[in-house]
Amino acid sequence: MSTTRKRVYGYLAEFRSASALYQAAEKLRDAGFRKWDCYSPYPIHGLDGAMGMKRSILPWFVFFGGMTGTATAFTLAYVTQVVIYPTVVQAKPANIFTTPAFFPIMFELTVLFAGITALFGLLALIQLPRLNHPLFASHQFHRVTDDGFFIAIEARDPQFSPIQTRDLLAEIGGNHIELVEED
Amino acid sequence: MESTIQTAPETEAGIMLPVLEREKLILQGRSYHWITARVCGVLENRQPLIWWLLFIPCALIATIGVGGGLFHLVSTGVGIWGNTNRVMWGWPIVNFVFWIGIGHAGTLISAILFLTRQNWRTSINRAAEAMTIFAVICAGIFPAFHIGRVWFAWFLAPVPNANGIWQNFKSPLLWDVFAVSTYFTISLIFWFLGMVPDLATIRDRCKPGLRKMLYGIFALGWRGGNRQWSHYEMAYLLLAALATPLVLSVHSVVSFDFATSVVPGWHTTIFPPYFVAGAIFGGFAMVLTIMVPARFIYGLQDLITMKHIDNMAKIILLTGTIVGYAYLMELFVAFYSGGIYEMAAFRFRIAGPFGWAYMVMMFCNVISPQLFWFRACRENLWVVMGVAMCVNVGMWFERFVIIVCTLTRGWLPGDWKTYSPSPEDLLLFMGTIGLFLGLFMLFLRFLPCINIAEVKWTLPESDPHHDDPRNHPDPGVTAEPAYQLETALAESGYQKFKTQLSQKPQSVSPKP
Repeated sequence: MSTTRKRVYGYLAEFRSASALYQAAEKLRDAGFRKWDCYSPYPIHGLDGAMGMKRSILPWFVFFGGMTGTATAFTLAYVTQVVIYPTVVQAKPANIFTTPAFFPIMFELTVLFAGITALFGLLALIQLPRLNHPLFASHQFHRVTDDGFFIAIEARDPQFSPIQTRDLLAEIGGNHIELVEED
Repeated sequence: MESTIQTAPETEAGIMLPVLEREKLILQGRSYHWITARVCGVLENRQPLIWWLLFIPCALIATIGVGGGLFHLVSTGVGIWGNTNRVMWGWPIVNFVFWIGIGHAGTLISAILFLTRQNWRTSINRAAEAMTIFAVICAGIFPAFHIGRVWFAWFLAPVPNANGIWQNFKSPLLWDVFAVSTYFTISLIFWFLGMVPDLATIRDRCKPGLRKMLYGIFALGWRGGNRQWSHYEMAYLLLAALATPLVLSVHSVVSFDFATSVVPGWHTTIFPPYFVAGAIFGGFAMVLTIMVPARFIYGLQDLITMKHIDNMAKIILLTGTIVGYAYLMELFVAFYSGGIYEMAAFRFRIAGPFGWAYMVMMFCNVISPQLFWFRACRENLWVVMGVAMCVNVGMWFERFVIIVCTLTRGWLPGDWKTYSPSPEDLLLFMGTIGLFLGLFMLFLRFLPCINIAEVKWTLPESDPHHDDPRNHPDPGVTAEPAYQLETALAESGYQKFKTQLSQKPQSVSPKP
């Protein structure tokens, strides 16, 4: 048996159903916890409010990503068609008045840049990909992607206490409460 | 089906209005674990014999048709194709428009039905999105090799060539390059992002080893915490909102290739909406063609129910009727315009040497879907499959009629030629069918074919207020007397009251 002490990640408790998780989340929010999360196999609607979370800021990233796309497409089309290599085809002018012919590509690049920003913006916000996580050491956490509902309170939360937090989780309906340690 | 009286959950205070019960999306009250096990079972268990019987021929056809066909084409030259005369678009562009159209149903199901909150989409969206990706892969082969010297395909990218000449950004052909490549990229992101939680499900079911590691890498370390779900749902919503105008733009831009020309029969403003409706129509037929057999082979009848098939049949009926309207309107406008060339073009389509193709198109696309007006036809899977196959054929012939009939009769009689595809044309088209079906079989083998997380979300017990008696009075027995009592009280002039239910609401417990 190893004698080295492991760092504690926090407590993990299982809840019976989505509604039990929801009610427990409201109580933990009111108790003032900060570093904790609810884990579920699917997104539970309304849980953001029950956890006291703010709306995602991702739309701002995507908006500016999309605008970058529009500007890129316009610049690319205008500079090449009007400045560098003006071509007069189909009697379309080679000046600013030819801009409507660039609209399809401006639209497509707006969507392309916005979509790529949505993907990478999301990965940045949820801090993925990562190779491992202390919770994966738990013997019951694999059920979260199947039919398990869990709450984990991290030890780095200022309100965390080894005994009181455990009792609180039991009081609000948590089962199989487990102390998760970091490897 | 039985329709019991329920009350709307929103009317917690005040009079509760009776509403009809919604048809269940998942039958037999299946549990979360059942859904996980059944969908993951498709790829965890040994594949049935029929999988091998379908996959091996598909793989062979794809190797010979696409691999061999393209090798022969590039090593010999595009002269071996049938489009050596005035009909220079020929089969390759017919096939390109056909395949790109197939893809549109996938994006429609995943994006437009998501924005309109059609929860029935959850059972079919993954497979339909996969179909989109594979169809766009098949589509991309044709224009890339149709340019003649495929090693100059980079000329399509916005970089100047050796003479410093830039692409013509005013050309619909370049718009097409941007539209199709954006469509492929966004569809891939949408498909992958939607799959991350389900890949995590498979990862968590695997024994440690290479398999777990590979699924784990693609699952990105997903944990399913609400702080992740919150951003994830926002990203999904944004991608749906971006993909919706995108899918409408892609086939519009494809139709611009035709509509911006000054060719009789092509130069019409109806083309963009007509092409988009046709694309959705053909795509839904392809979804049915591959999902109805897959549903039987893997026993997914409780997840992809008759309601899903019924809804898809109705969409085919709607879009098929729009397409029929467009065909007739095209004829009417040609007649009403009084333009002799326009009229001659349509007369040639109907009564010329390719008149049989026009009739096949009309029968398959306009007449055959009309069977779906009848419930009995929508419920008979043989009829559904028959109509879907008809539509697949009809939509291919629609593109054949538009492209080949028009190009065989140019402005000058000297341009008038006939057209027949060469064996190499046929080989490559068969090859792409094999490639499409083969990729789909591999998808069924290795990836979750149904969106596990979203299907779970549609179950009634997934609502966090599901067992809260204040929000959900007992459906049926107790709600009806409560409603009558409340109506009576309201009629007597009482304004503030609340009915207590006499019976404790029974919660719907899932079967194990």
